[in-house]
Amino acid sequence: MSVVSEYEESKAVAEKPLLQVRNLCKYFPIFSSGLVRRQSGLVKAVDDMSFDLARGETLGIVGESGSGKTTAVRSILRAIRPTSGEVLYNGRDRSIDLATISDKELKPLRQQMQMIFQDPFSSLNPRMTVGDIIAEPMVIHRIGSKNEREEKVIQMLEKVGLKGEHRQRYPHAFSGGQRQRIGIARALLLNPDLVVADESVSALDVSVQAQVINLLQDLQDEFQLTYIFVAHDLSVVKHICDRVAVMYAGRLVELAPTEELFADPKHPYTRALLSAIPNVDPDVRLAPKMSGEVADPANKPPGCSFHPRCSDCFAPCDKEEPQLLEVAPGRFASCHLYKKD
Amino acid sequence: MENPPKDDTVLKVENLEVTFTTEEGALQAVREVSFDLPRGKILAIVGESGCGKSVTAYSLMSLIQKPGKITGGSITLYPKSEDPIEISSLDEKSDLLYHVRGGLISMIFQEPMTALSPVHTIGNQICEAILLHQDVSEAEAEKLAVSMLGKVGIPGPEKRLKQYPHELSGGMRQRVVIAMALVCKPEVLIADEPTTALDVTIQAQILKLVRDLLEEMQTSVIFITHDLGVVAQIADEVAVMYLGRVVEKGSVHHVLKNPKHPYTMGLLKSLPGLGSSQERLEAIPGSVPSLTAVPPGCPYHPRCPKFEPGLCDVGAPPLMRQLASGGQAACLRLEDIHSEEAVPCQ
Repeated sequence: MSVVSEYEESKAVAEKPLLQVRNLCKYFPIFSSGLVRRQSGLVKAVDDMSFDLARGETLGIVGESGSGKTTAVRSILRAIRPTSGEVLYNGRDRSIDLATISDKELKPLRQQMQMIFQDPFSSLNPRMTVGDIIAEPMVIHRIGSKNEREEKVIQMLEKVGLKGEHRQRYPHAFSGGQRQRIGIARALLLNPDLVVADESVSALDVSVQAQVINLLQDLQDEFQLTYIFVAHDLSVVKHICDRVAVMYAGRLVELAPTEELFADPKHPYTRALLSAIPNVDPDVRLAPKMSGEVADPANKPPGCSFHPRCSDCFAPCDKEEPQLLEVAPGRFASCHLYKKD
Repeated sequence: MENPPKDDTVLKVENLEVTFTTEEGALQAVREVSFDLPRGKILAIVGESGCGKSVTAYSLMSLIQKPGKITGGSITLYPKSEDPIEISSLDEKSDLLYHVRGGLISMIFQEPMTALSPVHTIGNQICEAILLHQDVSEAEAEKLAVSMLGKVGIPGPEKRLKQYPHELSGGMRQRVVIAMALVCKPEVLIADEPTTALDVTIQAQILKLVRDLLEEMQTSVIFITHDLGVVAQIADEVAVMYLGRVVEKGSVHHVLKNPKHPYTMGLLKSLPGLGSSQERLEAIPGSVPSLTAVPPGCPYHPRCPKFEPGLCDVGAPPLMRQLASGGQAACLRLEDIHSEEAVPCQ
């Protein structure tokens, strides 16, 4: 009886999206200087973020620096503890709220969620051999014998386009693109479901960047990975993501399927962001639509944080904070332009 | 595009060679680089990391430090109202070199935080440049600084003079660096990846600012970048570098819309976001070789899809050749690839 219900439960879990983020917030307190430390403010790095992530999907998160992209993914993976909100992870057999789970329960789950970092130079320990770096997740989770680990490392190295004998070398012997491949091998070693790539191709040269993007796509097909892809380069996001989330000053301002977002951006901020991409065709002249700088998350403007830079700003914008609404099927935007009366 | 007459060229670089002496032997970071910078134009030097674009830029101001050295070629500046100056032969401590640096040629660096001193006010730093190169009083220098800060779009310039760099955002700092570089009205501005550290929205603002200011001040620019989109938006002329050599040059329209060298073609094809989204990118195979192991013949041949054994991998590296339809490239197979005549450049 109980076996049946467990089976049914895991079947129900498998039909849910892999990740359901609800009202996720991460606030950092600011303390005043002086003898008595008093909290003098609050940086709302991620504010009221909600979205679903389907299995096998690639979600891009874009925004300017300081918009909260990295804090958002770090809160989702529980690298930092979110202030409030839910991160429902519908893993292999049950659904778990990552935001509140204890550290002890979290550790085995880490095998299913991995991260690829931005800087291929600082994310690899220079005093460990490549073999040790890649095998470390197996060591931490006490998986396999020494020989099995080595076999798996060789297999992974070959998967990412390096050679098995490379495992005895140290990271300094590799170029930026090769190091990023090592980081990818480490992330995929334990066969995760969810991979978060935080600016993983930003530090690479154009020709190498294309190779790594192709590799990430091949591995996604092979291992049925679900990606969250954080980037500031919109052309990369356009190329590999199924859906894109646009963040501004800690809030999700638009969420839409990639092609629709690029063809017909709904939020004025998305429009401005897209207009700032320099085109490689010299005949298409850059016409930046936005002046001013990113809102300070410690001192956000009242109402919609974007209103001081917005060309469509009207009456309610500086008073009322807009909510994320479904403005068209599958398309979400938080802007008063789309408010239903 | 023949060699322009002297009065249209502000900077002429001929066969520049820069060598770094290291434990692994002499590394030639820049080899046989030649280009002319037309007066009032923007020349972009583009390439991947390690291609020698920054070393080229630094040698234009004689800023190459040991163990590096300019080992060959010449760099000549043709100022409007002065005699030509051969920068590459100037003594390290000569007054003329100090006059050239900051006075006739100035530079914008990539990281606005490291280019500014954190312990001096912005006013101090801009006025220092003015007082070094212009014969004015401190009060006048301050006035000049305020008007320049206004020109680069910094709100409330008088107030900003007393602020320190850490009080400004990255975009504002880069505007201060631009103001510092342009306040002495240099003939040539060298911009080394000035927008790479900035967000795309701020980059768009800075690119527009640079274009507008240069048009107004008639400054000629060498713009170093790895971003082909930025090149398309800002440059008039482009030089593409690979492993220390210029492999293609020409007007921005020629190079980006009708590239001739297989490397330039490969770079443009490997850019994401142009074709339909779910296609695979046409990446260039392999990676840039180390300068200690430059391949013989054409240095690009191990990665080149048009590589022909026995032709591309032997002998000296190919020289720049001129194509009938315009543009110049250093490739032995230009005729086969583009089916048109190519003649050696003068």
